[in-house]
Amino acid sequence: MDHVVEVQNLTKIYNKLVAVDHINFEVKKGEIFGFLGPNGAGKTTTVRMLTGIIKPIEGHAIILGHDIQKEPLKAKQNIGVVPETSNAYVDLSAWQNMMLMAELYGIPKKEAEARAEDLLRRLSLYQRKNSKVKGFSKGMKQRLILCMALINDPVLVFLDEPTSGLDVQSSRMIREILLEFPKEGKTIFLTTHNMDEASHLCDRVAIINHGKIAAIDRPATLKNTIKKLNSIEISFDSTIKAENLSKIPHIIEIRKEGDKFIISTDDVDDLIHSLTDFAESQKLKIISLNTMAPSLEEVFVKLTGEV
Amino acid sequence: MTFQFLDQLKRSLGIMKKDIRIYYLKGPVVISGFLMPLFLFLAFFIGSRNLSIEFLISGLIGMTVFFTATAVSPIIAPWEAQVQTLERLISCPISITTLIFGDMLASFIFGILIAILPIAIGLAMGTHITNPIILILGLLLGGVCFSSFGLILSSPPSNAPSNIMMISSLVRFSLVFISGIFIPLENMPYWGKIIASFSPLTYFTDLTRYTLQGTNYYPVLLDFILLLGFSALFFILAVKLHQRTIYKRL
Repeated sequence: MDHVVEVQNLTKIYNKLVAVDHINFEVKKGEIFGFLGPNGAGKTTTVRMLTGIIKPIEGHAIILGHDIQKEPLKAKQNIGVVPETSNAYVDLSAWQNMMLMAELYGIPKKEAEARAEDLLRRLSLYQRKNSKVKGFSKGMKQRLILCMALINDPVLVFLDEPTSGLDVQSSRMIREILLEFPKEGKTIFLTTHNMDEASHLCDRVAIINHGKIAAIDRPATLKNTIKKLNSIEISFDSTIKAENLSKIPHIIEIRKEGDKFIISTDDVDDLIHSLTDFAESQKLKIISLNTMAPSLEEVFVKLTGEV
Repeated sequence: MTFQFLDQLKRSLGIMKKDIRIYYLKGPVVISGFLMPLFLFLAFFIGSRNLSIEFLISGLIGMTVFFTATAVSPIIAPWEAQVQTLERLISCPISITTLIFGDMLASFIFGILIAILPIAIGLAMGTHITNPIILILGLLLGGVCFSSFGLILSSPPSNAPSNIMMISSLVRFSLVFISGIFIPLENMPYWGKIIASFSPLTYFTDLTRYTLQGTNYYPVLLDFILLLGFSALFFILAVKLHQRTIYKRL
């Protein structure tokens, strides 16, 4: 089985509003798949359909070889879910929450206890295992929810905004755990707003907007497809005006930042040559010159603006 | 198939334990489950000097089991939807039937355990249990029946527990007054008897009266058959209704 998630024409409509519109994609085994999109784009609705929390009105989602609608129990048995709007039971202790999850996944008690201890230790919660979740910080709660999602040692983990609004320590801890998953043979389906996170963690990303998939590819490939967003950062040994540069060909936009110019271009190579010619003709020394590829955030803004 | 059934049954015990820890082992639940029927009992005890203590105690047992078994089950689903733990449960590999069965089990255990209090009061006031086996069987069946009934009350897809409590109180109090608890069935007018026959509480109270007073309006076997029928009907209905409405809560 090469694909752990296969989505065909998945559609959801809420009160005549098309939240997800006939989307199609696959997630390969062992990859970290990022699902990006602005608020209301259909990210959470998609994850909820893939995890059997809500039902689509059309289309299919095959999770680990099982149709989530027709065989929900088999499909859910080997997945872990960290929902966006979920909570642990605050009146139970961290340990009781873990044991509850183990019982719901049918894990034998001894095995469950060993796994729970290991997970709580890995996410620095073991010392507080007998404390009620009521007294936990947001970061601790989110780490516990991740532990709960991993109690069944899932093959595929769905995480909906797992680091949203968390403190730096908790976010880092969660990211470090996520990076270990592919080594353990796990696949991750990650929904995030954080472009840096997606760029650093994901093998492939899908960008969704208005319920439709705008692009799916590797982050680096996506960045390269938006060539016109390439730019050059340059600084000279003496002050010049931006207008002096504007006659140089292939310049789309010039922005001054301190003593540097950020120049957007559709042809990096030609612009570098033109800039060195310009410096020579004006008897200027180039202090620094850097080429800058577009960030995933710029790709995201570009694509979601165009859909 | 059998393995899957047993496996899901085992998982429903997890739901049951969670419910007992979170919802039932709380002072206010114990107090409201027992005190409300006790106050109603005292009011009628003071005002109805011509009714035997056995009749009143059997009514108190009926009310206590009914009120306790239906006290918490109606609010579990809306409450869990509101505090965002329901989504966590739905994402687990358990069926809606497993979820409802677990909720029903917690309510059932609590409902029959609390019956010890009115039985103890009855014994302290000099009543005798003439047929304890019938009483135990009746309690078990009544517990299942009322717990399932409570879960029907929680099926409207409202995530505000107060809304469900309002509907629930309206239905529960109405049933108490038509089920032969305060007025013996034989003293009711014909139309009253017809209405009472639609309430499962009528048959449970009739059974407890038989075990304490030795008198009953319906044959004991009929009480059992109807309680069993109501239990099956309520449980199936609760599962079907929740299957339809639970996704609207998310």
